[in-house]
Amino acid sequence: MKKKRSKHEFRANTLPAMVTVGPMVLLLIFLVVAPLIFVAVMSFCQTDQYYNVVYKFTAENYSKLISPDYLKIYGQSILIALLTTIVCIIIGYPFAYIIARCKSKKKKLLYMLVIVPFWTNSLIRIYGWRTFLGSNGWLNSVLQNLHIIKEPVDFLYKTGTTVLGMVYCLIPFMILPLYTAIEKLDGSLLEASSDLGAKPYKTFLEVIIPLTSGGIFSGSIMVFIPCLGYFFVSNILGGGNTDMIGNLIERQFKSANNWPLGAALSIILIVVTLILVKIYQKLGGDMEDLGV
Amino acid sequence: MGKIVEIEGVNKIYGTNHVVRDLNLSVEEGEFLTLLGSSGCGKTTTLRMIAGFEEPTTGSIKVEGEPIEEKEPFERNVNTVFQTYALFPHKTIFDNIAYGLRMKKVPKDEIKKRVLEMMEMVQLSGFEKRYPSQLSGGQKQRVAIARALINRPRVLLLDEPLGALDLKLRKQMQLELKRLQKKLNITFIYVTHDQEEALTMSDRIAVMHDGVLDQLATPTDIYEHPKTKFVATFIGETNTYDGCITGISEGIATVTLENGAVKVKCDDTFQILEYATISVRPEKMKFDTAPREGFELIAMVKDYVYVGSVLKCIVTLPNGNELKIERLAGQELPKIGSIIYPYWNPEDAVLIHNESYKIFKALDDIKLA
Repeated sequence: MKKKRSKHEFRANTLPAMVTVGPMVLLLIFLVVAPLIFVAVMSFCQTDQYYNVVYKFTAENYSKLISPDYLKIYGQSILIALLTTIVCIIIGYPFAYIIARCKSKKKKLLYMLVIVPFWTNSLIRIYGWRTFLGSNGWLNSVLQNLHIIKEPVDFLYKTGTTVLGMVYCLIPFMILPLYTAIEKLDGSLLEASSDLGAKPYKTFLEVIIPLTSGGIFSGSIMVFIPCLGYFFVSNILGGGNTDMIGNLIERQFKSANNWPLGAALSIILIVVTLILVKIYQKLGGDMEDLGV
Repeated sequence: MGKIVEIEGVNKIYGTNHVVRDLNLSVEEGEFLTLLGSSGCGKTTTLRMIAGFEEPTTGSIKVEGEPIEEKEPFERNVNTVFQTYALFPHKTIFDNIAYGLRMKKVPKDEIKKRVLEMMEMVQLSGFEKRYPSQLSGGQKQRVAIARALINRPRVLLLDEPLGALDLKLRKQMQLELKRLQKKLNITFIYVTHDQEEALTMSDRIAVMHDGVLDQLATPTDIYEHPKTKFVATFIGETNTYDGCITGISEGIATVTLENGAVKVKCDDTFQILEYATISVRPEKMKFDTAPREGFELIAMVKDYVYVGSVLKCIVTLPNGNELKIERLAGQELPKIGSIIYPYWNPEDAVLIHNESYKIFKALDDIKLA
């Protein structure tokens, strides 16, 4: 009896929990919750003629955001994010499949090929692409020296360039969940399919794709959502021709200096993200695959 | 009845691991053949080579007289029942069973008819819309069998299909499988490590050991006339004695063991001075309170083990080896600690060649030359 009571006493004592979890909670409150509330509040504020924030309620920021100019950029954002996601699936799937089905030594190497660039600052990598693709860049010089082209080709500042940069930055987010899903796939199912007379492409369509659809789906979410916000990619490679929601937000805060409008845009982006995650959850997606 | 599967001189080597050695095996049409052996003996590899999941390193495999090396698994007219069932988790039971027919582009009406017929045959009617995760182990097993059988393969390969089931269900499924095989008249090649299962179900058993086919014979032959020591000890319980043949007269050999001489029936492949092994089943062992003519064994009763219908008596020989003697429960037995004289009917014991046989044969060949 005595022992049991002391156990309860221990549970009633919140000190250990406070000491271990407490600092993390404080950190989250200061760095995540408070700023988010601040952004939400600011999105309903006004500005004076000098663009100073005035704490007075208005819904004007949100009504501004449904003007045709903005709608065009939303459409463009979604188009680029969608293209990026599709290209990521097309490139990422075979790659993830090869990693997952490789022998351990090769597997580590291939895995590192995905992870190492992921550790390098993406801004630097995107600038690298700009140098590579620019009119005086390596690609143009090489092509000119090989006499394949006469004049430098303008590779930069196109939708395709932005998509390329996005794919380059975000493909690890597609490959990793796909890899997990494909790795889990039971090899005997593939043998069974073949044994029952299915040609390889049939096995792929009937067994491999349906059983890894979870990975495709979580990979898509993890590519699509950040893609809407990666403003620096379209800044550097799109040069203002391929603005996305992220660029709008950045501009409101940095050059236009209209913080409430930027805050409203941010809130919209957050809401869109939450809706997509909710849909993912509703369709039976595994939250752990998203790293949530 | 012709030969439906012919395996000729097949070897399988993984790196330095020689898994299947010089395997020659032919399977008759419509028979139930079991590949029996402990794990790692190459039986599953053999099955996988017939299915096409592995390629033989050397040798050839023919199905219905045609070499199948060049054929991919999906082109072969054999189907497999996997140890882990390998049911498609995202498809219903109906779709799982219909899979093979859909791949062959059989008309929809016929698929439906045949699937429902097959489901009735394996007693799964009414489960069409369920998913594999909603079934018990025995039901999954039946789906796996139905999914393979519906394609009407010439040969059905079964890789320890009952391994994951509990004893009672396993016994029931054994009989059910046998019944299906007889009814459909399909050749079954069945892999198992369970010797009892093999004895119950098979027309013929191929005992494999370390990648070598030790013996291929009917269950009765395997049990009563084992060709190697491994077969004798692997199939059922037995007592083995290693010794030297010291005399042969009128088909009865006198074999001198460490613990004395005994008598055993032999054929003319045995020679005097050859080392050989005797195998006597526990139920064929006899004992007396006085020495019997021709048998010099003496033993002390050590223990009794009760196993339901029979009583096992464990006795120790002077060199410490133990023998098992089996009696029906209720029969009178000597007390623990008493001295007995074990013997047997020379016809009931089996004499088995061992390594020295090869040396004697080689010597013979030299003499003849």
